[in-house]
Amino acid sequence: MTTHDATIERELATLTETAPDRLRPAVLAEVGLVDLFARVDSPLGPLVVAWNGLGVTRVDADQADEAFQARHLATTGRRAYRADVVPTRLTRAIERRLGGDRRATIELDLRGRSAFEQDVWRKALEIPRGEVRPYGWIAAEIGRPRAVRAVGTALGHNPVPLIVPCHRVVRTDGSIGQYSLGGPANKRTILRSEGLDPDGLEAMAARGVRYLGSDTTGVVCLPSCHHAKRITPAHRVPFRTLRAATVAGFRACRSCRPASGAALAAA
Amino acid sequence: MDADDRLRIALATDLDAAFERLVDGHADRLFTIALRMLGDRSDAEEAAQDALVRAYRALAGYDAARIRELRLRPWLATIVLNLCRTRGGRKARRGPAPISVDALPPGSNEPASAESAGPVAVAERHAERDRWAVWLADLPPAYRAAVVLRHVDGLSYPEMAVALGRPEGTVKAQVHRGIRLLRTRLEADARLVQEMTA
Repeated sequence: MTTHDATIERELATLTETAPDRLRPAVLAEVGLVDLFARVDSPLGPLVVAWNGLGVTRVDADQADEAFQARHLATTGRRAYRADVVPTRLTRAIERRLGGDRRATIELDLRGRSAFEQDVWRKALEIPRGEVRPYGWIAAEIGRPRAVRAVGTALGHNPVPLIVPCHRVVRTDGSIGQYSLGGPANKRTILRSEGLDPDGLEAMAARGVRYLGSDTTGVVCLPSCHHAKRITPAHRVPFRTLRAATVAGFRACRSCRPASGAALAAA
Repeated sequence: MDADDRLRIALATDLDAAFERLVDGHADRLFTIALRMLGDRSDAEEAAQDALVRAYRALAGYDAARIRELRLRPWLATIVLNLCRTRGGRKARRGPAPISVDALPPGSNEPASAESAGPVAVAERHAERDRWAVWLADLPPAYRAAVVLRHVDGLSYPEMAVALGRPEGTVKAQVHRGIRLLRTRLEADARLVQEMTA
C-alpha cells in the first residue's frame, strides 16, 4: 500500500454523516411504533391530530404539546412527536369527510381497542352528515341491542372525534346529550355546521315526537333522516312510537332504519 | 457477543420493542451510505428512511429463527443500496448528477496553508471533505458502492460480499480499482496545485 492509499483511506473514513433528527421519528411513525401530531382547523377551531403510517390515531382539543403528548402516551402507549403539518393526503380526506363525503376513506389506526368499540365507531361512520341517531340505534345495528350504555361509553372514548362522528349520536329521549370533545355546546356547534337544527330537534322530541311519516309515501323515518326533511308540513305525520306508525300502515324507511332500537325507545 | 448480536436476538423476540434500537444503531450509517451514493441530502434522507421502513416490514414477515441468523449490517446495506440504485437511475434519466466539481464554490480546491488556524482551518477541513465527497461521487457506481461500504461504512470483505451479492475476490478488486481512480485524482490535483504555485 502506498502512502497515498493510506491518505485516501483516512480521508474516506471522515466522510461519515449524522442523519437528520427527524429521520428517526419519521421511520418509527411510518411503521406505527410512534405517532406524529400537528394542528388543523375545524368548525370547533384548532384541533390536534395525531397519525402514523397506518392511519389517524387521535383527534383532541387544542392544548400544549406536553399535555397532548402525555395524554397520547397514556391512551395509546405510543410517544407522539410534533410535526410541522398534517400530510395533505390526510387533511384532504378529513375535509371531505367533514364535508359529508362518506366515500372519502380515512385510514384509522385503532389497534388496542376492543372489537366492540371498533364496531360502534364503524357504525357511527355510517350516519350521514346532517342526521343523528339514538345510542340504541347503534346498539341494535351492531347486534347488541341491550348494550346501550356500553355504546355511550365507547362513543365517549372515541379517539378520533369529528372523523368518527360520535356527535351524530344522541340520547334516546331525543335530547342532544354529552360530547367528549369539549362538552355539549361543541356538539351543537358541529351539528349546526352540518345543517342540522339541534334546538328544533330537541323541541320536537320534547313534544314526544320520535318519528315522522309521510302520508304520500307511507314511509316512516327518524326525524333527522334526509327523507323526513323532504316531507312538506301538510303531509307530515308525527308518531310517538314506531308501533303506532306501523299500526297506521306506515313502513319503516330503509335508509334511517327507525326499527333499530325502537323497542327501547318505546319502553 | 456484540451489540448487533444482542439486537438480533431482541428483534427475534419482540420486533416492536427492539426496532427502535435498530434505527438508533443504523440510521446514521444508512444515511451516510445513501448520501455518498446519491450526493444529495434530501434524497439520502428519503432513501435511508425508506430502507428502515422496508427493513421493519421484512422483519415483520420473517420468523424468529431467520431474524436470529440475519447479518444486520450487510443486510441493511443491501436494502439501502438497492433503493439508491433505483433512485440514481431515475435521477440519471432526468438530468446530470446532483454533485459535480463545477458545483463547488470557488476556492474550495485550493490547498490548505500550514499557518491557518481557527475558523479558517475549519472551513478548509470542510472543503477538504467536500473535495473527497465529489471525487467519490464521480466514481463509477459499482466502484463507488464498494469503496463506500469498505472505507466509509467500514464493512469487512466477507460482509461486503453478502451486501453486494458478489464473491469476496470481486468485491476486493472493485475496492482496489476505486482506490486507484481516487489516487489518480489526488495526484492530478497535487500536480495542478504545484503548477499553479510554482
